[in-house]
Amino acid sequence: MSTVVRTDADETAMERGGPPQALRDLTADWAGDQEAFCQVHWGKAMMWIFLLSDTFIFSSFLVSYMTMRSSVTAPWPNASEVFALTLFGQSIPLILIAIMTFVLISSSGTMAMAVNFGYRRNRKVTAALMFATAILGATFVGMQAFEWTKLIHEGVRPWENPWGAEQFGASFFMITGFHGLHVSAGVIMLLIVASKVLRGHYEQRGYAAVEIAGLYWHFVDLVWVFIFAFFYLW
Amino acid sequence: MNHAPGHDVAHSEAPALAHDHASPPIALYLKIWGLLFVLSALSYAVDYFQVEGALRWILIITFMLLKAGLIVAIFMHMAWERMALVYAILVPPLALGTLVYLMWVEADYTFWTRILFLGAGG
Repeated sequence: MSTVVRTDADETAMERGGPPQALRDLTADWAGDQEAFCQVHWGKAMMWIFLLSDTFIFSSFLVSYMTMRSSVTAPWPNASEVFALTLFGQSIPLILIAIMTFVLISSSGTMAMAVNFGYRRNRKVTAALMFATAILGATFVGMQAFEWTKLIHEGVRPWENPWGAEQFGASFFMITGFHGLHVSAGVIMLLIVASKVLRGHYEQRGYAAVEIAGLYWHFVDLVWVFIFAFFYLW
Repeated sequence: MNHAPGHDVAHSEAPALAHDHASPPIALYLKIWGLLFVLSALSYAVDYFQVEGALRWILIITFMLLKAGLIVAIFMHMAWERMALVYAILVPPLALGTLVYLMWVEADYTFWTRILFLGAGG
């Protein structure tokens, strides 16, 4: 199939005498993605491929964290105690992280429903749900900023910390920082897409953009599931 | 996998709007949402009640994989996608298993090298 397309393109290019043949090929090859996953919206396929590459980035972080943690001889700081908060006079282990997890899962829930209402062409509900998702996401980032501030005050640095293995700080800042960056970018994207929904921008071209934004958002939640298990519960 | 509602894309007028006529009902999302809450609470409980050893790992990994599976299959609509896309996305990450295994072996080697040659330090 692709060879046929390419020959056609070659001939047209020769007739026109256009020099940027390499550029034409590049466009044709990437546009050919629509053929490979026929009837899948091209933007959706591309978002999935981006998420696949992102999977490998986060996996690299988590695998290097595993390698460091299982090769140090100094004791690893106990996440249960490091991330404990004193609420109502009681020290509750890992409570901030638990709340952050619930906030992010809730935002995934509102996003899933936003996609659904988008395809029903209910603009107001879709935008409202997306704004709710963005607010929950911003709350998550805010709590993460609080957590970072707390740990930095307690003396955690990428090269040292008061409790044990030095590598703790480097893994913590790198992994949660990269994830937080993804959440922040997601919040901005959600706000943009939601305001476009409200303005009726997708009435003609369809609401695939909401689903694509949703894919990214759910992925951020998905990554958190792994970080929660491996970084905070190990 | 492909018999869920919303997959009759062949009859759909515009590919981008494949979900227009038969999206999964809101009730399903609410159920999955609740399930994710319960699973998160359970993994938190593993830490709260300080379950240790092999059981801790079995529980954490099980809850993690269940949550990840629900998010990908339902929230990200993987259960309703075409096979070509499902395989293109889900198969490549399996290679990570090799990386994890190799790094696990390497970490073990580094650990014992440090124990043997650096005393208990570093």
